[in-house]
Amino acid sequence: MQLGQRVYSGDDVQLLTASGLGILRGERVLFEGVSLTVAPGEAMVLRGPNGAGKTTLLRMLAGLTRPEAGRVNRGAALHWVGHRDGLKPNETPRTHLKLWAKAWGADADVDAILNDMGLSRPADVAARYLSAGQRRRAALARLMLETRPVWLLDEPFTALDAEGRDRVLAMVAGHRQGGGAVVAAVHGDAGFAASREMVL
Amino acid sequence: MSPAPILSAFRQALGEAWAGGAGALLPLGFFAGAAVLVPLGIGTEPGMLRAVGPGILWVSLALSSLVTLERIFQADVEDGALDLWLQTSAPVSAIAAAKTFAHWLTAGLPLALMSPVLALMFQAEAGTDLLSGALIYGLGGLAFFFWGGVGAALSATVRRGGLLIALIALPLYVPTAIFGSMAMSGAAGGDSAPLLLVASTLFSLALAPFAMAAALRLAAD
Repeated sequence: MQLGQRVYSGDDVQLLTASGLGILRGERVLFEGVSLTVAPGEAMVLRGPNGAGKTTLLRMLAGLTRPEAGRVNRGAALHWVGHRDGLKPNETPRTHLKLWAKAWGADADVDAILNDMGLSRPADVAARYLSAGQRRRAALARLMLETRPVWLLDEPFTALDAEGRDRVLAMVAGHRQGGGAVVAAVHGDAGFAASREMVL
Repeated sequence: MSPAPILSAFRQALGEAWAGGAGALLPLGFFAGAAVLVPLGIGTEPGMLRAVGPGILWVSLALSSLVTLERIFQADVEDGALDLWLQTSAPVSAIAAAKTFAHWLTAGLPLALMSPVLALMFQAEAGTDLLSGALIYGLGGLAFFFWGGVGAALSATVRRGGLLIALIALPLYVPTAIFGSMAMSGAAGGDSAPLLLVASTLFSLALAPFAMAAALRLAAD
């Protein structure tokens, strides 16, 4: 993806809208009446204590969890990086990225992406031997395989070192410059200027 | 719709099966072990072995198909791959069918290929066509794996869901087991049994993927 190039035209386009979202977990209302809109270039940070429903809200936005109330309108393709990395124990970062590039029909330079993510050294090491931070990098590298306007990130900085964190921040900045949007659940300092914060 | 995600799911499932070391051989060992123990238990009288052989092989086949099914979807839930598969452009039912078929190729097909050898151990008559026997065990096994896949998808979020899979899948195995044994033993009405077996396998191939897809969406919910 070329940084700084506007990929999506028109700032009035909403990439993602949700209205009146609510969900039950067991007998308890986890949250209700959550509405949000995400426009190109925006970054929304979800905050709240553990168990407040940040992950559940993100999964609803991704279409993985069905809301008990309200609706989600997905106006654009999205990338999902959940708190589980999605790597198989015997997959290497290289085979992982190649598999998903093929599955998505994306024409990406996997070697360059591995290099960008600081994964060129462990590129051919099976995921079960990788550190949590290396697996996280491989999961986040999927974001670069294909240009998609919306990124949904659940705790993207978990297990990353300072350098990895900077890389992700640069990716987010480039994505927003190109007219993409990010919705992320983050603890502590987000590191990027959020255009909106939502406390659950 | 492009078939790329379906092919990727198939290839990943094949890779997973072989990466587990001897994991793919586990059903084969179970199948052979169960069949070999029976003659030791009931005695080696040839007429008796010939009579019970096909039935024993069907029971062993049904049980060995359950040995490794537990992991095919549960692992995807645990490592997060299921979330990614649910978001591809391909129908979830096609993804689930591709994964189950890959699993049958690595764990079920070897069982069918092994069956002629075991049939010989059960004193199969000299004139028996062992190869078409293997084909029949293969077709029946395919149905077992697809019905078992429904159980595996339904219990994907359940720890130690093996027993649950057996409870869900075994009733669905009944038609295949009946038609399969009839086809092999040449019992009364056995002429149409192979066709009925094919029909029950096609029925499972047509229905099971949609049941698996619904169950997998629930597992991710």
